[in-house]
Amino acid sequence: MWDLINYPIYASILIGIAIAVIGSLIVINKTTAITGSIAHGSFGGIGLALYFGISVILSASLFTAVLAIILAFITIKFPHRQDSLIGVIWALGMSIGIIFLSLTPGYQSDALSYLFGNILLVGKKDLIFMGTIDLVILISIIFLYNRFLAMSYDKEFLTLRGINANYLYTYFLILTSLTIVMSVRAIGIILILALFTIPSLIAEKWTKKFFYMMIISGILGTVFMAGGIIISFYYDISATPAIVIIASVFLLISLFKK
Amino acid sequence: MKAVEVKNLYFKYNKEWILENINFILNDKEFLAIIGPNGGGKTTLLKLILGFLKPNKGEIKIYGKFPKQARKIIGYVPQHISFSIDIPITVFDIVLQGRLKKGKFFYSKIDKQKATEVLEKLHIYYLKDKRIKDLSGGERQKVLIARALVSEPKLLIMDEPTSAIDPRGQTEILDLIESLNVTRIVVSHDIKILLRKVDKIAYIHKKAIFHEGPKLNIPKDKHFCEIELINFLKDENCGI
Ligand SMILES: Nc1ncnc2c1ncn2[C@@H]1O[C@H](COP(=O)(O)OP(=O)(O)OP(=O)(O)O)[C@@H](O)[C@H]1O
Ligand SMILES: [Mg+2]
Repeated sequence: MWDLINYPIYASILIGIAIAVIGSLIVINKTTAITGSIAHGSFGGIGLALYFGISVILSASLFTAVLAIILAFITIKFPHRQDSLIGVIWALGMSIGIIFLSLTPGYQSDALSYLFGNILLVGKKDLIFMGTIDLVILISIIFLYNRFLAMSYDKEFLTLRGINANYLYTYFLILTSLTIVMSVRAIGIILILALFTIPSLIAEKWTKKFFYMMIISGILGTVFMAGGIIISFYYDISATPAIVIIASVFLLISLFKK
Repeated sequence: MKAVEVKNLYFKYNKEWILENINFILNDKEFLAIIGPNGGGKTTLLKLILGFLKPNKGEIKIYGKFPKQARKIIGYVPQHISFSIDIPITVFDIVLQGRLKKGKFFYSKIDKQKATEVLEKLHIYYLKDKRIKDLSGGERQKVLIARALVSEPKLLIMDEPTSAIDPRGQTEILDLIESLNVTRIVVSHDIKILLRKVDKIAYIHKKAIFHEGPKLNIPKDKHFCEIELINFLKDENCGI
């Protein structure tokens, strides 16, 4: 059995690292809607890649990075209308994806596999890409931990200290978009948001330091994914929904804590 | 040495003028108390001095520099806690943020030592490891004061730093502000600030009325007498 689930388990660890850092930052910066917007918008990049026959990873990375920059601009310039505008980007990216898919001749199950993902199908190349993004994320958090924390608490004060909070915020959204691209094949567009927020929401209740919130959410994320993989392997059901259901049950239980 | 120089300053939000023709000079190490009614433009003036807002007309210089270039020498205590207090962050982490600066990514031993000192000075060292959301309003305000002081600013700007603090705490904090040997601008609704060793007083309501001089020497100025806030000083100074 290990031979069949070793890659998926490696993938859960690698995605777990991204959940630890990016998932926790999403929760404390309240960028859940933005993350949903980037995740769904990534479908545009996938549609473009399938139509032009180029690399999905490359196309989706560039496409979501552009979305991240647009979303950063919107939230900084129009803070009071951001929720509606985020919804527009959400739909726009998806629409672009659907149009290019409908223009692409042939069987389109490939595109659907990105909507729901399949962690049991990740290959060596996916793992290498995940590892690379993890490395970028880890180096970023080592150097930017104090800044990210200050940004999450009080952007204005960070600006006063001579650090450009808007650039930092944009960089964080770009990291978010890379994280989404690296997990989209395994988890799928639709459920990525749940997987990236639930572990951090649980972790937040158990700690008073952001550093520990990251560690706990990374471990929880990996455990939920591994649990889902094993269940899906034994009962022959789809892995992602199993992961999300396990995670949600834990979230419900943790909500009753104190 | 001129610490803050505001010349011919005009500012409007949308179409409404908030500040008109403000002029003043604050010298190094002076203490300016700003009073005035709600919506008078006090916070707006501070944000202009900090460079968060741009004047429509006029100029602001801080130690000879434009506000944005002068930021690193400014310590600021904001009026509104508009930011997220529900994130997992401890008091010590927040105070350390005052030591952040361009090109610096990690806190040094000295940074931690300075943060410890300032927390002790404000008598809140025991709160150091508490999560910010578990503190009372006044305790949070003291944490923000600590964050502003820890960078050892040449110019300290405080927007109602004692509004949520109990009387004893207020006296303590005003004592501390008074004893600091730096340039200070403090906005307050608490008229007791005028009883302190302030060098200048400004009453701001669109326009600014300045008064220079030692404490309690409130000018026999019609505008000052109209201020409801300083009612209790009226008898002595206004003769009405
Ligand atoms: N972001 C904004 N957009 C539009 N108008 C604003 C904005 N911020 C403040 N104002 C207006 O500018 C005026 C001055 O506001 P300001 O916050 O400077 O007053 P203040 O003197 O600090 O009052 P308070 O004592 O209540 O703190 C008010 O009339 C307010 O309505
Ligand atoms: Mg104000």
